[in-house]
Amino acid sequence: MAYIELRNVSKSFGVGKYRTKVLSNINLEIEEGEFVAIVGFTGSGKTTLINLISGLIMPDEGEVLFKGEPVTGPSHERGVIFQNYSLLPWLNVKNNVGMAVKEAFKKMSRKERVKRVEDYVEMVNLSPAIHKLPKELSGGMRQRVSVTRALSMSPDVILMDEPLSALDALTRGNLQQEILKIWNKDKKTALLITNDVDEGILMADRIIPLKPGPKATLGPEYKINLERPRDKTALNHNEEYKKLRNSIIEYLIQIGEQRASKKENNYILPDIKPKMKPTSFRRLSFS
Amino acid sequence: MKDRSIHVLNFVGLGFFEPAIRLATGEEVKKNLVVLFKKVFLPILSVGLFLVVWHSGARYLYNIEKDARIEKALTDRGEVAANEMRVCIESGDIGCQPNTLPSPAQVWTAYESLLSDHRIISEKKTAFAEKVAATNAQREEQGLVAIKYTGRPSFVDQIFTSLKTVFAGFLLALFIAVPIGIMLGLSETLRSSVNWLIQIFKPVSPVVWLLLVFMIVKTLTRNSDTDSSFIISFISVGLCSMWATLVNTSMGVSSVDKDYINVAKVLQLSVGQKVFKIILPSSFPLIFTGLRITLSVAWMVLIAIELLAQSPGLGSFVWEEFQNGANDSNSKIIVAMFVIGIIGFLLDRIMLTIQKFVTFTEENA
Repeated sequence: MAYIELRNVSKSFGVGKYRTKVLSNINLEIEEGEFVAIVGFTGSGKTTLINLISGLIMPDEGEVLFKGEPVTGPSHERGVIFQNYSLLPWLNVKNNVGMAVKEAFKKMSRKERVKRVEDYVEMVNLSPAIHKLPKELSGGMRQRVSVTRALSMSPDVILMDEPLSALDALTRGNLQQEILKIWNKDKKTALLITNDVDEGILMADRIIPLKPGPKATLGPEYKINLERPRDKTALNHNEEYKKLRNSIIEYLIQIGEQRASKKENNYILPDIKPKMKPTSFRRLSFS
Repeated sequence: MKDRSIHVLNFVGLGFFEPAIRLATGEEVKKNLVVLFKKVFLPILSVGLFLVVWHSGARYLYNIEKDARIEKALTDRGEVAANEMRVCIESGDIGCQPNTLPSPAQVWTAYESLLSDHRIISEKKTAFAEKVAATNAQREEQGLVAIKYTGRPSFVDQIFTSLKTVFAGFLLALFIAVPIGIMLGLSETLRSSVNWLIQIFKPVSPVVWLLLVFMIVKTLTRNSDTDSSFIISFISVGLCSMWATLVNTSMGVSSVDKDYINVAKVLQLSVGQKVFKIILPSSFPLIFTGLRITLSVAWMVLIAIELLAQSPGLGSFVWEEFQNGANDSNSKIIVAMFVIGIIGFLLDRIMLTIQKFVTFTEENA
């Protein structure tokens, strides 16, 4: 039995005529300790997918199973790292993380909780900024806080919703390595949603493309058998990496074109010619 | 020291002193001179211009009034009376001054006379207190009420009475509007069920509120002989001014960023924690904007309500001066106008400072 399982899941938004099916017939199985990446175009329903698994929204059809039980709402067992960090702007780093720790470990003494917060903040190298407010931090630092907040509750699964897409390339690379390092320690089950194929290959065991919505479904999966720890520069010369990358990108381009050709309408252009006399053209162009 | 004082000044909304401080320490002289010119000299210039316009306007109105008086004396009582009237007016005799818009100088004189009036009354009060001190101590032993000074209140006393009323009204508005606003914001059902009432009551004029409160308070305080005018005026002030806070609070609470709500859900916060740790802090900026509007509306409405309710304060001061019709009454009204304006400005600045203290800023967040 899979750790996380989605069976024929569909989700629609909107009312009446404007109701659109965002996800249709999603089937996904994630094993314990597995790192799965889902890549897709923007607007293909990636966030909806993660909200379904985290329990923030409920599916219209089908079911989401976690450890064999249907998901009925959010739980501390599934930590979420949001795309836009979602830190509370009126709390400093310590309190943002502390709030999560307090909720997840209600029986812990105050001292233990403070220790835990400090340890986790230390883990992402943010100790010097522990008393700062989110507005005083850079984007990368904020996302680190968000990562810390999710991990400090020691969830069984980490759900990451495009956690690095708003960051610049350098910060992104650093954070990828940091997340991998943390993940390597206890090999928790992880689901990463991303729009970056390279990021997926670097981090995940398995990549599954999400076909563009509406009615998005999952494409064929790609297993990544590259050895860990993976080095970004070394990967660039790895034949298997190149092959994998090319085939995934080709697949994505192909489904992207399919979508584009489906949408294409034949517009009949009005048969109108410019009224301006040729002489006036000449005057315009030579004067 | 320098940076610290600049920070404090900016915090309390007196940022226009910043270039002066920087200049005093000889920092970037040219740039700071330009800023000083923009932020200090131009406002002073515009105040000066205002005074000039006011003065010439008052002069113009004075002349119209003067000519009319002389004209009237001429038609009613003949040449001699008209000449007498002219001489009388030009001599500055109080008895025959035209009654019109006072000039800045007259207003300043009235201001000084109000101040000296205040000094005289305070002296009288202390003298009175000394005189009855022994008697009052005796009366207290016998369980009787102490004898109070019942003389005329001075202008400064009136200001403090008004401030007391406005704060009582503001607190009433705060304690009614914020809790109700939070409840309305949290519950869509509640919001839509009372929405009509709010929309109907919101635009009701202060005068009508006063009459309504009067009807209710009069009946409720039937058997007590206390002066109910203070109660009536502060409740009316509260009821008039609370709507801004009510609407802003319910809007702030109902429109909390969806991301924060998602955080609350993922952390599985309890309802109470969700309200106190997520919803309230994130709606603080809007609540405080509402409270600022409430305080300024309360101050504005207060004058009108005091005027009508005959409760002591600046409003009744203005009304009494208007009824009085003494030579410097008009000038005293204008003094009251400036005092009201300046206090309103200061109240707003105080609220702004408190707001900056307790709310987070969204910038870059």
